[in-house]
Amino acid sequence: MAEVRAGRSGASSDTIKTVGTLLARQGILVAFIVFMIGFTIWNPRFIEVENVFGVVRSSAILGVMALGVTFVVIGGNLDLSVGSMLSFSAIVVLDLHENPDFGPALAIPAMFAMTLCLGAINGFLIGYLRLNSLIVTLGMLSAIHGLTLTYSGGQNMDIANQGETWFDVFGRGEMLGVPVPVLMFGLLAAILGIVLAKTPFGRKVYAVGGNATASTFSGIPRARVVFATYLISAFCVATAGLIQASRTMGAQNTVGQGMELEVLAAVILGGASLLGGAGTVFKTVIGVLILGFIQNGLLLAGLAFYVQFVVTWIIIILAVWLDIATKRGKLWSPIA
Amino acid sequence: MTNETLRNLLKNGAIWGFIVLELVFFELAGQFLSLSDSAFMNLDNMLLLLKQSAPIGIIAVGMTVIMVNGNIDLSVGAIFALAAIVMLDSMNWPFMQALGDWSIPLAWIFALLTGCLLGLVNGMIVWKTGVDAFIVTLGAMLGYRGLVFMYNGEQPTYHLNWTMVDIAEADILGLQTPALVFIAVVVIVWLVTTRTVHGRNAYAIGDNREAAVNAGIRVGPHFVINFVLIGFLAALSAVAFYSGSGSVNPNDGMLFELWAITAVVLGGTKLAGGKGSIIGTFGGVLAIQLLRKGLGHIGADTETVNLVIGSILIVVLLLDRQLNRKGAEELKV
Amino acid sequence: MTATTPALRLEGIVKTFPGVRALDDVSFDVQPGEVHALMGENGAGKSTLMKVLGGVYQPDAGRILVGEKPVVMASPLEAKANGIIFIHQELSLATELSVAENVFLGELPRKRFGRVDWDRLYTVTDEILKRLRVGFDARTRAGDLSIANQQMVEIARALTHEAKAVIFDEPTASLTDAEKVVLFDVIADLKAAGVGIIYISHRMEEIFKITDRITVLRDGQYRGTIATAETDEEAVTHLMIGRALDLSRNVSHHEIGDVALEVRGLSCGKLFQDVSFEVRRGEVVGFYGLVGAGRTEIAETLFGLRDPTSGTILLDGQEVRIHSPADAIARGISLVPEDRKGQGLVLGMNCRDNMTLPQVDDLKAGPFVAEGAEVAIFDQYRDRLDIRTPGWRQLAGNLSGGNQQKIVIGKWLSMHPSVLIVDEPTRGIDVGSKSEIHKLLRELAAQGYAVVVISSEMPEVLHVADRIVAMYQGRVVRTFTSEEVTEDNLIQAISGIGGQAAA
Repeated sequence: MAEVRAGRSGASSDTIKTVGTLLARQGILVAFIVFMIGFTIWNPRFIEVENVFGVVRSSAILGVMALGVTFVVIGGNLDLSVGSMLSFSAIVVLDLHENPDFGPALAIPAMFAMTLCLGAINGFLIGYLRLNSLIVTLGMLSAIHGLTLTYSGGQNMDIANQGETWFDVFGRGEMLGVPVPVLMFGLLAAILGIVLAKTPFGRKVYAVGGNATASTFSGIPRARVVFATYLISAFCVATAGLIQASRTMGAQNTVGQGMELEVLAAVILGGASLLGGAGTVFKTVIGVLILGFIQNGLLLAGLAFYVQFVVTWIIIILAVWLDIATKRGKLWSPIA
Repeated sequence: MTNETLRNLLKNGAIWGFIVLELVFFELAGQFLSLSDSAFMNLDNMLLLLKQSAPIGIIAVGMTVIMVNGNIDLSVGAIFALAAIVMLDSMNWPFMQALGDWSIPLAWIFALLTGCLLGLVNGMIVWKTGVDAFIVTLGAMLGYRGLVFMYNGEQPTYHLNWTMVDIAEADILGLQTPALVFIAVVVIVWLVTTRTVHGRNAYAIGDNREAAVNAGIRVGPHFVINFVLIGFLAALSAVAFYSGSGSVNPNDGMLFELWAITAVVLGGTKLAGGKGSIIGTFGGVLAIQLLRKGLGHIGADTETVNLVIGSILIVVLLLDRQLNRKGAEELKV
Repeated sequence: MTATTPALRLEGIVKTFPGVRALDDVSFDVQPGEVHALMGENGAGKSTLMKVLGGVYQPDAGRILVGEKPVVMASPLEAKANGIIFIHQELSLATELSVAENVFLGELPRKRFGRVDWDRLYTVTDEILKRLRVGFDARTRAGDLSIANQQMVEIARALTHEAKAVIFDEPTASLTDAEKVVLFDVIADLKAAGVGIIYISHRMEEIFKITDRITVLRDGQYRGTIATAETDEEAVTHLMIGRALDLSRNVSHHEIGDVALEVRGLSCGKLFQDVSFEVRRGEVVGFYGLVGAGRTEIAETLFGLRDPTSGTILLDGQEVRIHSPADAIARGISLVPEDRKGQGLVLGMNCRDNMTLPQVDDLKAGPFVAEGAEVAIFDQYRDRLDIRTPGWRQLAGNLSGGNQQKIVIGKWLSMHPSVLIVDEPTRGIDVGSKSEIHKLLRELAAQGYAVVVISSEMPEVLHVADRIVAMYQGRVVRTFTSEEVTEDNLIQAISGIGGQAAA
């Protein structure tokens, strides 16, 4: 990277640095609050409990997946296979649900096992064989898609007797007035958040992502840590697949297509650096909610569904730009 | 032949060896399984191969330059779709209809301008904000696709103009227009990367960015040019393809970036930049398309194809790593 | 020298960074056709001065004149345009490109339409290469060349411009004797062509061989300029450190225990061969040699980062195989690595977490990390090593070099190793912290640690070590005790002369 020009450091760049550092620390949270207030002023329906719950519930699936990808990204890698892995999980659990040898009770653990195997493949190739995570998970995206189609024979999956099964509790149920997907998201977020922030394993993930070489020099088993992050990601995808399948009681082969991008967007919005070593579960949750509320806000404002993609694009760029700008002290890039 | 020479030969010639392997394999497998009465390796099939490789191939050529720079562009599929929509929809506009067949080149120009504009936006953001190209084009992938859907919802966009179709299906020496465009693009961009200052600078920047900057190479404008180039090529690919088909769905072009990157990596370009060749990418594109055709020839379905291609990519990465190992003296980090 | 217009002149250069005055009113000049040495300890300001001359930094005060003309250089490109060429210590070539493309990086000769004029490119480059009398041609891939030849490519790059001044920064660090001769010939050619040359080096023999004048910096200040012919090493050293060099030989007053680490016939391919030595508890064994002698590679092998191709390692008399750093740590070996930022610390993590990283699995309260215990460890070593930081939450990347190194040392001391290996303990560290670390190493030995110190600074290794293993090109040339070592015989040993079987 070209040397930033030293010399007269004007007041402007100092101010940017101070305000920026403040913002960067709690920035995304501040931006979120500002956004919520703004939208509520515009349309008071925005803040109604039912609306809020609706948003969180529909963000739950994306959110659960984002939790797992957070671990992978903090560890310094990417996971682009989560979208097609979601399709796989949903299809498999539905199919096994309808299979007399399995039924709902066995279908769930079986599906988890299979999805975890896929995660293990990712973890092995990237953790132990040290292949590039972008290319590997890109390849797995395609391979798993093919796997799903082969498994389902190209057919969509549906549950035949939807009234007779308890399976829909995950996607449609409620406990104490709170939708089950929200509860599952919240619970998983809490557990994974604590694991990342408070356990030795979490510390090691930060270390490996922050400086893999130094971690090895400190005796940290890099390969094992990376492998574990991909298992966690797969576990989260399996959970999301369960919720998805349970909600619609049926799934198409492409139900998860494109979600890897939204997940990555949420993680980036939450402030995790794609270089690794930074980010938290809490911030990812905020990122997920921001995306959800943007979509909701735009909908309430009467705008077309697809406008949210354009808005998300702008917000991602702005968020990362501001983050980088505060770190280097300059708004504009010094690229010649 | 020394170990070193053998390795280098393997590395550089690998993709062509692989293609030969595929040709032989599918030819024999097809005969053995006697699933089809025609041979695999006949002239018609191979010419068809070039035509079918064109949509991804043209984009992959642009992707090569981007990746040699050390960047990446994930938005090409969306640009492809958007350019196609602009081309076809514009021909439905009243003033265009009034121009009759003269609206065709105009529609092409609109499409190409769209591609250039979208590429320009990406390039300027990368230059001026310093945000990594991966994130910029990841966002653009979402944003541009959003624009695609905003245009016409989930409906296809179409326009039928027989003259345009005729041009698209024109046959010169057995090669149809898309194939000709593909070959022309390969040759021209190859010349640029090997013979021009801009092309050589691309390698310098990707290889050692700091040295390039210190030597006075203006990296920012260079990046912008390359993003405009790939935007242009994505649009060109759309023009070549959709002039013949006449109808585009908003989901078209999905995963094109995946295939393009796969072809480029298979062709020997390094993800980190500084090394790669257009000819190699050409080989990579052919290899993938050949795989698809071959698998279809022996009766595999599209699902299996996806599975196989994904796996091949991983095998290639493994081989590349193996060939680059320094042996016993390596540091185990 | 008669009073001609200097090729390069600095007047009153000042450069400050937050908290430190790196350059404090520095002035001197370089005559055309002169080889002018720039000397000073690490941290004296040499590299900052060079970055100012090279256009990387802009001075806060003072001015620079090239010939008669005052110049302002806002970038390396402008420096080059003004005729100031810098041959860096870390080479910056595009390794995949040809030599010619590197020599003309950013300035490829053009034909119409932006096409490269390949004929001209290769012809001119070959001419320059011929002037430098090198053995390769313009089409060779830069990455295939040896370090010495890559350096020649950098010099060739310099010669594409009308150079008024060329600055060499430690150019002989990685060269063999034969390659050095070629380099000095090139410098003589430049000299004859009237170019002003600044030569930065620590190596006294070279300075006294090829330079005309010597300028010394200390702590960012200009200490004087003398004609080489009118001075000697002692006088120059005195200017550099302000006192007579404390080459006090190390005399251990404490007990030396049994052998903690023994190495027999250890080899690793071409990196080092047939290395044997032993380290006892209570002693400091120093490894001295040039870059490429194999010292760091031995340390890496002992720490499980490399697999040896033959030989044995014994810890406390037991033969062991060390497969990984985790393995080495479990066996009581700790390594403070050469590159503290790249290998020693996770710069984005705070001080406490960095310090407790190797033992984070053992500091547990249930399934969670025992943060209180971690802070206690941090406090303990912060006090012991006098680490200056506002608190443990400070990111390691924000600390000064000396404090960063202390964090790394504290990290490994907290593991209570039996063998502590330290690779370049004070590279790039200010003078104050340096002597603190030296004292610490001696104290550790007195406490019974078995300490290995790898160093490229002679005063350091002479001061700190009880015994010195001199290496040259992967082999142990000789092992000295502190009584028998002298500067002369040590330098000879590491230059490959006077080889004896390892003690």
